[in-house]
Amino acid sequence: MLEIKDLHVCVEEDGTEILKGVNLTINEGEVHAIMGPNGSGKSTLSKVVAGHEAYEVTQGDILFEGESILELEADERAHLGLFLAFQYPVEVPGVTNKNLLRQAYNTIAQEQGREELDPLQFEDYAKEKLDLIKMKPEFIERSVNAGFSGGEKKRNEIFQMAVLDPKISFLDETDSGLDIDALKTVANGINQIADDDNAVVMVTHYQRILDYITPDHVHVMIDGEIAKSGDKDLAIKLEEQGYDWLIEPATASVNGEQQ
Amino acid sequence: MSETEALESMVGGEYKYGFTTDVEYEDFPKGINEDIIREISRRKDEPEWVLEFRLEAFEKWKQMEEPDWPNVEYEKPNFDEIQYYSSTKKKDGKKPESLDEVDDQILETYEKLGIPLEEQKQLQGVAVDAVFDSESIFTTFKEKLAEAGVIFCSISEAIQDHPELVKEYMGSVVPKGDNFYAALNSAVFSDGSFVYVPEDTVCPMDLSTYFRINNMQSGQFERTLIICEDNSHVSYLEGCTAPMYQENQLHAAVVELVALEDAEIKYSTIQNWYSGDEEGQGGIFNFVTKRGHCRGDNSKISWTQVETGSAITWKYPSVIMQGDGSIGEFFSVAVTNNRQQADTGTKMIHVGKDTKSTIISKGISAGESDNSYRGLVKISPRAENAQNYSVCDSMLIGQTCGAHTFPYIESANPTAKVEHEASTSRVGEDQIFYLQQRGMDEDDAISLIVNGFCKEVLQELPMEFAVEADKLLGIKLEGSVG
Ligand SMILES: Nc1ncnc2c1ncn2[C@@H]1O[C@H](COP(=O)(O)OP(=O)(O)OP(=O)(O)O)[C@@H](O)[C@H]1O
Ligand SMILES: [Mg+2]
Repeated sequence: MLEIKDLHVCVEEDGTEILKGVNLTINEGEVHAIMGPNGSGKSTLSKVVAGHEAYEVTQGDILFEGESILELEADERAHLGLFLAFQYPVEVPGVTNKNLLRQAYNTIAQEQGREELDPLQFEDYAKEKLDLIKMKPEFIERSVNAGFSGGEKKRNEIFQMAVLDPKISFLDETDSGLDIDALKTVANGINQIADDDNAVVMVTHYQRILDYITPDHVHVMIDGEIAKSGDKDLAIKLEEQGYDWLIEPATASVNGEQQ
Repeated sequence: MSETEALESMVGGEYKYGFTTDVEYEDFPKGINEDIIREISRRKDEPEWVLEFRLEAFEKWKQMEEPDWPNVEYEKPNFDEIQYYSSTKKKDGKKPESLDEVDDQILETYEKLGIPLEEQKQLQGVAVDAVFDSESIFTTFKEKLAEAGVIFCSISEAIQDHPELVKEYMGSVVPKGDNFYAALNSAVFSDGSFVYVPEDTVCPMDLSTYFRINNMQSGQFERTLIICEDNSHVSYLEGCTAPMYQENQLHAAVVELVALEDAEIKYSTIQNWYSGDEEGQGGIFNFVTKRGHCRGDNSKISWTQVETGSAITWKYPSVIMQGDGSIGEFFSVAVTNNRQQADTGTKMIHVGKDTKSTIISKGISAGESDNSYRGLVKISPRAENAQNYSVCDSMLIGQTCGAHTFPYIESANPTAKVEHEASTSRVGEDQIFYLQQRGMDEDDAISLIVNGFCKEVLQELPMEFAVEADKLLGIKLEGSVG
């Protein structure tokens, strides 16, 4: 479904290279987890896939269902069914969750040739999705993320994912900031959304969420590259041992890590 | 209109109202002097007292200097080059009695502007006074309003038909010599609307005036007067557009509102005069004096404005709260793009006891424009327990625009409570990216963010106007993040 080939990315503004040749293939029905130290490039990878303009792809390609999406704007990629749950969800004061999502849903539906929903139909549809992650109905009437607690913002991202029903979702540290019960509920919601036709990529620092959502593949990103891939056991090993054993000496000193 | 339609109509982004109507005008000399003023008064067949009003104002104006305190820069108009009266040729030289007598071209113009005047097509629930250059062309639903005792006509007609009312109230809120442009207006004023709502009456429909400047040489100097007697209520809307000309045109209006005991006036404006091109060529100079007088106890005057047009705007709709317990409100969205400059705000003058005012101002600047809020809250010694609450938010789009706030507070009564909040934010790349990631294109994303920012003000507008305002904001800011 998504193929990332030898992806090199730098910051548009000053040319700093952040991703240094990432390779990743994600198929339908799969759940991937990406782990790795702070600043290694996990969020950058998610944002580049989603089409953020602050980054420039200098080499490599990103293929969605076999076609390059590098030339597409962020909204056009969203229309294809690509979703990003943000590590830091943005507040949009004065715009209700409901309005944003109905407009988003209908824009995407229109692009994909599906039926649009009128306000009443959408209300019912959204209620169902709220139940999925046990979010209180008043949240859809509130301004997008404005005044939401950290955990509420994360949950709201998954609610949006549920509503938009994307083909592939990048969830950037959705688990950070969720309390123990919320983590279970949200994980449960993600499990219900994930099926044979879509794919989920979870960026996380903790293996805890992987107890609820079993990944088919676990990757470790270090200094802009996938340093190692494996299965769920890799996550457990990382939890026990940290990243040191994966870091090449040269990189370690640059990162100020012990050596 | 569905949301998608509203969105589609944003595509294009051009000023839609920039066309010119090709009509024949009566000759009228340019420039300003006593003879010109006499001639205006003669053509309008005015009684002597109106001519005197004009001449006195002209005397005052001659002594005055154009103010330079607003935070705007422009080349001062050449007052000798302006045509102060502009009237289209009529079949028999009189104002049309029925629509059949109105020039087809003018009817078409209003149709194109979305304000059809023909009976079958008229907007329901809204009576319209259509002002074309210096004249009121037609007023709809007059008879229906008359049944309720409400008078809605052009000010010229009111001078003829209800002189006692005009004489009593005109100039009583904005005196002839109030300021430079108010004095000029008082000398040469052309048409505008007149509204009178008698005691214990809720006006059965919204009233609205649609102002159109068409003539390239003429300025527009309309004058509007609204009087609400005890315990009555009216909602009035005004809309404005003009063709795209290379030259600047002057629009200097005066609006006076009088609310007696327990009366309530709600005045909403969507100002979309031509704002000039990207380089700042052309556009309207919008120098307007608007003031409301809460004369009776527990009366209320509320201004809502969405200012998107004009090259330069200079406007401070104000309320004098004289009656005890009276309320003044000001809700404003001012958008500037390209080279536009706006210096706008309000004055809330608390005179009576227990008076309350609210100011919500949202300024949005994009392009290379400059947007200033200037507001005065004044509490007189007698105004026990007066309260004011002001919020003044600015939003910047891009790096080359400016936002400024100049709040002035003068309180002479220690029991008064005055609260002022202000904020400035920038529409960030991250906010736009977030919405784009959810499937919206960049323009829709900005439009959504801006509409959210202005929500408290937009929800004050009557329904039809809210839809219009929503579209306008979108069009206005299209492509403003480059
Ligand atoms: N727009 C930008 N401008 C400058 N530097 C950037 C930009 N975006 C990312 N970086 C840098 O690139 C590196 C990778 O950042 P990124 O956010 O992708 O890390 P991460 O793996 O998600 O880290 P964390 O686990 O802390 O969330 C960091 O050093 C960061 O400072
Ligand atoms: Mg990150």
